[in-house]
Amino acid sequence: MQSNTENDLECIQIKKHFGSVRAVDDVSFEIPKGSFFSILGPSGCGKTTLMRMIAGFESPTSGDIRIKGKSVIGTPPNRRNVKMVFQHLALFPMMNVYENIAYGLRCAGASKDVIRTKVHDVLERISLPDVANREITQLSGGQKQRIAIARCMVLDPDVLLLDEPLGALDLKLREAMKIELKLLQHQFDTTFVYITHDQSEALVMSDNVAIMNEGKFVQIGTPQELYHNPSAAFVAGFVGDTNRWAGKVTRVEGNTVEVETEAGLAMRGSVRGAGAPGIGDRVNAFVRPEFITAEKAGGSAVQSGNGQNVIEGKVDSILFNGANSRVLVRDRAGELIEADVVLTGGAQDLKPKDDVTLSWSPEQTMSFKA
Amino acid sequence: MMQRDIKRLSLILLFAPFALWILLLIILPHLGMFYISLREKVGPRMYEFGLENYINFFTEPIYWNTLIRTGSMSLLVTVLALLLGFPIAYYIAKIAGNRTRGALFLMCLIPLWVSDLIRAFGWILLLRETGIISSSLQWAGLINTPIEFLYNDATVIMGLVYTVILFMIVPLVSTLDGMDDAMIEAGYNLGGNGPTVLRRIIIPYAMPGIVSGCIVVFMLTAGSYLTPILLGGKNSSWFTEQIYDQFITRYNWESGAAFGFLLLAFTSLVVWGGLKLSGQTLNSTVARS
Repeated sequence: MQSNTENDLECIQIKKHFGSVRAVDDVSFEIPKGSFFSILGPSGCGKTTLMRMIAGFESPTSGDIRIKGKSVIGTPPNRRNVKMVFQHLALFPMMNVYENIAYGLRCAGASKDVIRTKVHDVLERISLPDVANREITQLSGGQKQRIAIARCMVLDPDVLLLDEPLGALDLKLREAMKIELKLLQHQFDTTFVYITHDQSEALVMSDNVAIMNEGKFVQIGTPQELYHNPSAAFVAGFVGDTNRWAGKVTRVEGNTVEVETEAGLAMRGSVRGAGAPGIGDRVNAFVRPEFITAEKAGGSAVQSGNGQNVIEGKVDSILFNGANSRVLVRDRAGELIEADVVLTGGAQDLKPKDDVTLSWSPEQTMSFKA
Repeated sequence: MMQRDIKRLSLILLFAPFALWILLLIILPHLGMFYISLREKVGPRMYEFGLENYINFFTEPIYWNTLIRTGSMSLLVTVLALLLGFPIAYYIAKIAGNRTRGALFLMCLIPLWVSDLIRAFGWILLLRETGIISSSLQWAGLINTPIEFLYNDATVIMGLVYTVILFMIVPLVSTLDGMDDAMIEAGYNLGGNGPTVLRRIIIPYAMPGIVSGCIVVFMLTAGSYLTPILLGGKNSSWFTEQIYDQFITRYNWESGAAFGFLLLAFTSLVVWGGLKLSGQTLNSTVARS
């Protein structure tokens, strides 16, 4: 296989078996220089094992890992220019901030003056210039996070691995850190490989995201591609919120199918993913709530003529969440459908038990052969 | 009000056995001993108050030589117990699986199920001139005449290390157990090799456990009596033996009591020095584990 030095990290057909368990099964990907790459998957999908192999703590059963075009199989972790931010950060509690950051430079044999300049420089860049002499226990969660990143970045790594580092933070801080991490990545212009099970972290920060399930990469793409053009039912269900129905195909018309769900809700959808379903085949249909328009029954805007799916139903409940408010509608067949609504607090807002008309286009009804 | 009184009463009752124990078995006897140690014998049943017993200790080289010897050998035992115990503790805490961990801990504990005396006699059976080791070496043709392995310093030190090593392993295992494995991995990931990670990360992290184990082991060794006497014989010149002699053989309680306090002062001084050198406090070490 041709090796491309423009890529900071390449994995070629990586496999890792623990006994009969295939933790990582034939994973290949390449990450171009200076990009933010996320590996997103449910817990236990093998993403941590994959990261530990890149860092050198596990060796793959077969396959090759290349950093800057050079294979690192057999290179011990301390000789790889891949640094890692651990899940619980693993800052050294017996050293202060300065010593924590200086540790790696000391290992590399840098002189005292070089260490001092570099440590102060990196503290400046993460905008914490005054914490050098603090103890780790005196730092806040967000500061610890930044110190853990600084401790790696001061060594100029080819690739920085981050293993769900935001998991331990509270919600507000996590939101803030997402943006900050993205900015830090731009600033350092280093390749970040970010592991997470939180889809919003992956979508917000990444240039590219790989969706991983049961040891395999299901799809690699930009966040937009994954969201709008998922290649498999797993991706459609895992990335973003969605209505999901299992049903049967009742009619096929080119790329459009008519689907009837188990409860009897009928809709038109577009075929996605591998395999063209025939009449009677089982399919999974996905519709994202933001593509469903909910109108009070009798409203004028809904036109059923142009092939839209139009469903009559009753509001079951309102899920108020500011700008992300939802309405849960039960249709006549008894299916629950989630739709995004704008709630202004005025009299026009939908209320429980209102009759509503839902409409969405067949194009937005992603149907995957089951 | 009633409720609070009952609470206080039960607290006092719960605390009473411990307080009585400390008062009756530790504080009172020590006060008594201290009082005795300050009496000078000036004639039969005639006593005067003074520091004579303490002065005697410093003017007679054999006494303070014995104390120095006991102290330095105890330090050596402590160091050896640490060097041997650390890898064992590290293995138990970090490398062994959950099931083997229990088995290994049990194996460390088993020697404690047998009394000190029996264990010392076990060593004697092995090491004496007609013992198992000497005769099997003779049988194998490696030596011609029987060898006496008992009654030398090396044997005493070995026996003491064997007796006290458990008290080193337990606090070490508990501190190392609390160490996140990711910390060691981070040490490697940031470019450290094995020795660096050990020196800069594992040992500093385990320092409270190391110091606490060392204090306990040093105190136990310096105050031990049976092992040095049985394995070292008359040559062992252990300070506790000196104290025993004063009390029992010479029937000189005044001097024995003074020696007892000198041993206490000496070991406390060594422990204090050790804490200062390692930059730890009693609170961060013994009280924690």
